Parts: sequence; structure tokens; C-alpha cells
Amino acid sequence: MKLPRQERNKMALTVEHVSYIYDPDAPLSHKALDDISLTIPEGQFIGVIGHTGSGKSTLMQHLNGLVKATSGHIYYGGRDIDARDYDKKELRSKVGLVFQYPEHQLFEVDVFSDVCFGPKNLGLERGEVERRAREALAKVGVPEELYDQSPFDLSGGQKRRVAIAGVLAMQPEILILDEPTAGLDPKGRREILDQIRQLQTQTHITILLVSHSMDDVAEYVDRIIVMNGGKIVYDDIPRKIFKCYRELEKMGLGAPQVTYILHTLKENGLPVDTDITTIQEAADSIMQALDSFRITGP
Amino acid sequence: MLRDITLGQYYQTESVIHRLDPRVKLAGTLLYIISLFLFENIAGYIVAALFLALVIGLSHVPFKFMVRGMKAILFLLLITVLFNLFLTPGEALVSLWKLTITREGLHNAVFMALRLCYLIIGSSVMTLTTTPNHLTDGMEKGLRPLKFFRVPVHEVAMIMSIALRFIPILLEETDKIMKAQIARGADFESGNLIKRAKAMVPLLVPLFISAFRRANDLAMAMEARCYHGGEGRTKMKPLVYRRRDRLAYLCILLYLGCKATVGILL
Repeated sequence: MKLPRQERNKMALTVEHVSYIYDPDAPLSHKALDDISLTIPEGQFIGVIGHTGSGKSTLMQHLNGLVKATSGHIYYGGRDIDARDYDKKELRSKVGLVFQYPEHQLFEVDVFSDVCFGPKNLGLERGEVERRAREALAKVGVPEELYDQSPFDLSGGQKRRVAIAGVLAMQPEILILDEPTAGLDPKGRREILDQIRQLQTQTHITILLVSHSMDDVAEYVDRIIVMNGGKIVYDDIPRKIFKCYRELEKMGLGAPQVTYILHTLKENGLPVDTDITTIQEAADSIMQALDSFRITGP
Repeated sequence: MLRDITLGQYYQTESVIHRLDPRVKLAGTLLYIISLFLFENIAGYIVAALFLALVIGLSHVPFKFMVRGMKAILFLLLITVLFNLFLTPGEALVSLWKLTITREGLHNAVFMALRLCYLIIGSSVMTLTTTPNHLTDGMEKGLRPLKFFRVPVHEVAMIMSIALRFIPILLEETDKIMKAQIARGADFESGNLIKRAKAMVPLLVPLFISAFRRANDLAMAMEARCYHGGEGRTKMKPLVYRRRDRLAYLCILLYLGCKATVGILL
């Protein structure tokens, strides 16, 4: 689905010089966000990476108007979201935010009604609410036999899917996921991330994936924003970001394990491409390098 | 919004008052509150104000933090003043329709308001300068004699310190769940009383679940470290009276003496 240029600009979320100070009166007040500027075009899959306390979660809460910036402006569809006449409720239906450990927000007696909570709050008709809930649950891969179960009886991974569906059911145009894999086992992590990627390729929804693990995002996203100390340090495509892996290490982040393996191989004389970010590409590159070795001989 | 509750909030800084033994501060606050209700006259209130000002000065806590605690009782204060002002029988000063302000009423209203302010600020000084853990430590040791009467002092102190410790955690949790539900379009602020009460369900259910989960985890962690009540339990930093604590007791006695003298003589 291609939109005319003007329309696309209208959809973009723009952050201009946003700063945020926690509790300015307290003895230990500090700047959680320091002069942040960025634009989020429609349909992009963005990874937001930062250490604990780098301000990434705070920034995400600004994007749907839950936290008001101390200074600076945020525009959605070309309009300032802090303007007095701006409908915050509508903004929240367009910019869906899934919090960290979203399963802690479940409260209804069964899975289905919990997912209905969001669309119901939008004031939609019953039929539409249920249609959206069904669609959202299908998108995150929750089987129908679980619809009538209590959300508290589900496994950790399933609870999380239900919680994500609760936000998806509002049919947001931008979906923000704050550490969606926190506390899951490797299998659950992979499943959730694959599901998110599938969602993105199928619906072309704009996704911001917040994480502190490079391995989580490297394979999936079009663009990475690296945050440190309330500032944006890097904002680029993944392979360019991982070139600076030494600097990333200083921030306690590092690059994906693939990058390290490739660099070590190259240092030891194997001519591999070190800019690669996904495991599949890396495997291909290593095989190629090995083949060239075999032909020329050591 | 929820963070405006000063009572029970510690202000981190370095001062003599912060370093005092919590027992001194507890006893001091109690004596101070009692002193407010004895010997009512203007001079007595001036002495009480001076003493309070001295302690606040020594505590290095900005005055506005003490006033923050007052916000919570503003309503109570208002009611007290109004009731005293209009409902005390005596010599009439001003008459408006059916309401009469009497000389005694005015007197009572002013002094009651002052007393309440002093009381709140006085106890705020204690909670602002003492960590909750210290406070319960002090209570446990100070109330130890009650053990003789089979009062479970240690258990009560432990319950209190856990409860106090959980206040900020649960506040934070409330804040998080509230935000998460607002992000799903929940509305906590508009509508009539019934609608608002209903809107609390998506907040309260997750909050209770999380509180129970935390309580379970804590109980497990305490058991894992062989907690079995206060019997034979030692402390890493046992409370010991030092020179400054004795001096502080002396100051409190001096204040009480002053207040009594002023109260009786003037």
C-alpha cells in the first residue's frame, strides 16, 4: 500500500527537541531525556536500543501522550499532541503502547473480554469490538480454544500474546513494544519476535521495538536508534550501527554475537564480510570465504 | 499525583537530626505533640514554634517539603477551623444571618489550626529525617518493655517495616498499571461516581494480583534465609545511645521546661 508523499508526511510521528526531567523538585532530579529529535515514517520497523535507565521507556511513553515533555514538541499527523484541543484518547488508539511485562495489566475473567477492553473503550459497536478482538488474537497466534479461559491460567508466553493482542485490537497505526521478550525463555523470545516480524510484513504497521539486546533486534529491523544517558547516540541502519561495536560496548550494549564471530574470523585471516547482521547471511559469507580458501589453498 | 504524600517519605541529606537515634526522635515527637495540648497561651505557642524552627533548621530539609505534607490535611484543617469558628458559644463578635462568630470561637479556631499545623510539621520532620527501617527499629527497641505483657513487639515492627517498604513499590506499580490501561483507552477521570468506581476495576485487579505475588515472593525469600521471628535475631547495626542522643534528650527536656514555665507563669 503506497500513499502519496503528502499523506505519508501526515502520518509520520515527529519528535522535536524533547527533554524530560523527573521530579524537578526532588533532591536527586535528573534529565531522563535530553534534547531528543527524531522522525518516524510510516511502515518502518525500528529497533530502539539502550541500557537500563537510558531513557528509552520514558521516550516511548511520550509518544502516546502518557508523559508530557518538560520542553519540546511531538507531532503526530502534523499536529502537536500537547495542544489543548488534541484528543489524547484518539492518539492512544493510533499509537499503541505495549508496556514491559504487559501480562501484569490483564484483569478480565476470560481472555476474549480482556482483549475487548481496548476497542470497547474506543466506543465501538459490540460486533466491531468482537471482530477486532478475534483478529488481534489470531494475529498474535492465540488459538481459539483459549478464548474462554482465565488469562491468569495461561503460560507466561501466552499471557504476553494476549496482552499484546489487547493493544493490537485497537488497530493502532504505530505499535510500540517495550521489551516484549523480557523474562521469556529463548524459545518464547524467538516465537514472540517472529510473530512481530510476521505482523510487520503482513500489515506494514509501523513498529518500534524497544530492547536492550542487540541480538533481539539485529535480524529484524530496518533502522536502529541507540540511546544512552537520555540522548540518541546513533540512528542508522543496522549494519552501519554495528560497525561502531567498540563504542557500543562502552555503553554496555555491544553488537550481536554474529558480528563478533565474523570479526574474529577476519582477524584470523578468513576473508568474510563483517558488516553482516543476520545469522543466515553470516553463514553464507563464511561458506563463501571457505570455498575461496579451498580453491586458492592456504 | 500519588506522590504528594509526604508522610512517611524520607529526604536524603546529611544533618545532626538525621544521625540521631530513632528512639530520640520518636520520643521527642511524642513529647512535642503532648506539649502542644498542654499550657495553651500565646507565649507557649511561640516557644513551640521556636523549637520547631530550630529543629527544622538543624535538619537541612527544605521547608517546602514539610508544607507538602500539609496539603493532605488541608480539608481537615478547614473543617476544624470552620466548626470552631461558628459553633463555639460565647461572646458574639460578628453576626451573619444565623451564623455567629464568637470571641471564644475565634480563639479556638486560631489555636486549633496552629496546633494541627505544628503537629503535622513536627511529625513530618521525624519521617523526613528517618528512614522507615530506622523508624521501625527504634520502635521495636523502644517498645521492648511491652514484651513483658506478651505484646508481639518484633512481629508488629516487622509488619510495619514491610508495609512501609511496600508503599513506594505499590505506588510505582499503580502508576505503571494505570498508564498501561490508559494506553488501552481506559478513562479514570471522567464520569459519575459509579462509572469511576467501575473504571477502577482494571486498575485494582492487577494491583491486588501483583501485591499477592510480591507477598508470596517475599515470604519465600524470608523463609529461604531462615527467618523465624525475632527470637535470637541479632542486628548488623544495633541501636546504641551516643553523646548527641543524650544531648538531644536534654534539649527536649529543656524545651518542655520552657514551655511549662511559660505556660504557668504567663
